[in-house]
Amino acid sequence: MRLIVEARGIHKHFGALHVLKGVDLVVHERELVFVIGPSGSGKSTLLRCLNRLEAPSAGSVIVDGVDLLDPRTDLNRARQRIGMVFQSFNLYPHMTALGNVTLALRKVAGKSRAEADELGRAALARVGLADRAGHTPGELSGGQQQRVAIARAIALEPRVMLFDEPTSALDPELVGSVLGVMRDLRESGMAMVVVSHEMGFARNAADRVVFMDQGSIVEEGPPAAIFERPVQERTRAFIGQIQRH
Amino acid sequence: MSNWQRFVETFFNAKVMAKYLPDIAYGMLVTVELAALVIVSGLVAGLALALLRSLGFRPLNLLIVFVVDLFRALPPLVIIVFIYFGLPAVELSPSGFVSTWLSLALVLMAFSEEIFWAGITSIAKGQWEAARSTGLSYGQTLMSVVLPQALRLTIPPLTNRTIAITKGTALGTVVAVSEILGMASSAVSNSYNPSPLTLGAGAYLILFFPMVVFGRWLETRMRWKR
Repeated sequence: MRLIVEARGIHKHFGALHVLKGVDLVVHERELVFVIGPSGSGKSTLLRCLNRLEAPSAGSVIVDGVDLLDPRTDLNRARQRIGMVFQSFNLYPHMTALGNVTLALRKVAGKSRAEADELGRAALARVGLADRAGHTPGELSGGQQQRVAIARAIALEPRVMLFDEPTSALDPELVGSVLGVMRDLRESGMAMVVVSHEMGFARNAADRVVFMDQGSIVEEGPPAAIFERPVQERTRAFIGQIQRH
Repeated sequence: MSNWQRFVETFFNAKVMAKYLPDIAYGMLVTVELAALVIVSGLVAGLALALLRSLGFRPLNLLIVFVVDLFRALPPLVIIVFIYFGLPAVELSPSGFVSTWLSLALVLMAFSEEIFWAGITSIAKGQWEAARSTGLSYGQTLMSVVLPQALRLTIPPLTNRTIAITKGTALGTVVAVSEILGMASSAVSNSYNPSPLTLGAGAYLILFFPMVVFGRWLETRMRWKR
């Protein structure tokens, strides 16, 4: 299977803080990789290195054949191929849902307004919000806002989608709608990296679960293996802790 | 003559007012021109400085902060006098009108730069990250995502400052600009009657009251639901 994301030997320092200590992460075509770990383990930082919102201190990141750390790389072009969804949605509050989805289509992908609107409406329809195109973020629920954010990313037809705790800011009753959209996306064959605490989703949707602790990958494998038969003591302790709730 | 009659005779003398009305009207025209020039050039320069500052180029930012702090600290009247009486020493002789325009525009530039800058920095980092993650460049993010939100936040403080500084056009009177106050005070000296000042006050109200109301309207219009 083709590699979509190939991150090797990623180190990240924030001042004296060594947040990532030589992490390797690969994601294949159509694969959903689920990253778990205690807070402060570096999983969000790792995710942000994959589209260079954070520049790694050392290592290499190749996404869809493009070397993100090469200074000659057109980063803005490369980022179109890497969708990202944030914990706090980060929708543009001064634009409608459709405006949020079409901004990059017009400015980056160079589509005309009519083309962009058509693609934008299609993306909103995919997340079940065709009827909310004219609403501003303030008029939408958290779950709807997060789905608009997903539509904003998938409208650019990325090769991989990065999810940074996409449901952590949502009321429990709204989580399902977002996970539903993510499941549809997974079924359409999108490669995905998901940092999240939704273990139920990890169990039945992930191809591989990666457990991180203190800036390193401790253990990875199929969800059944990680959740039922973790090999490492630290993994066992973490899984035990989250399952007690 | 009763006190009341004396009061009316002094401040609302119809004959004097009628005589000097054309002068005051001319003064109004000059004030409007001056105010419009100050507002446009001051705000454009202030926004340009704030945008330059957002590039985060340290030496340039230190310079911008220095210039801005300088013009926020100096009283506008001092700057006017400095330009009008000082620049001729270096073979430049700006008119009173130009001196007043430059001074007030520089002061408005300084204050509005700070307000625009505060607006830009108040936009959450997540907005930048979301836009950049979709491939928007720094400039595109600034223009399409950050600035439209920042400008809405800046409107209330900006209208206040703009009005306060624009009223400073009256300072032009010390360098012989024939704006409202200048015309009114020479009319007072010529007529030995303060009624032209009443006219002048009325003229300022006619000019600036609508500006205040417009500012208020803009504030309500630009509010949006979060």
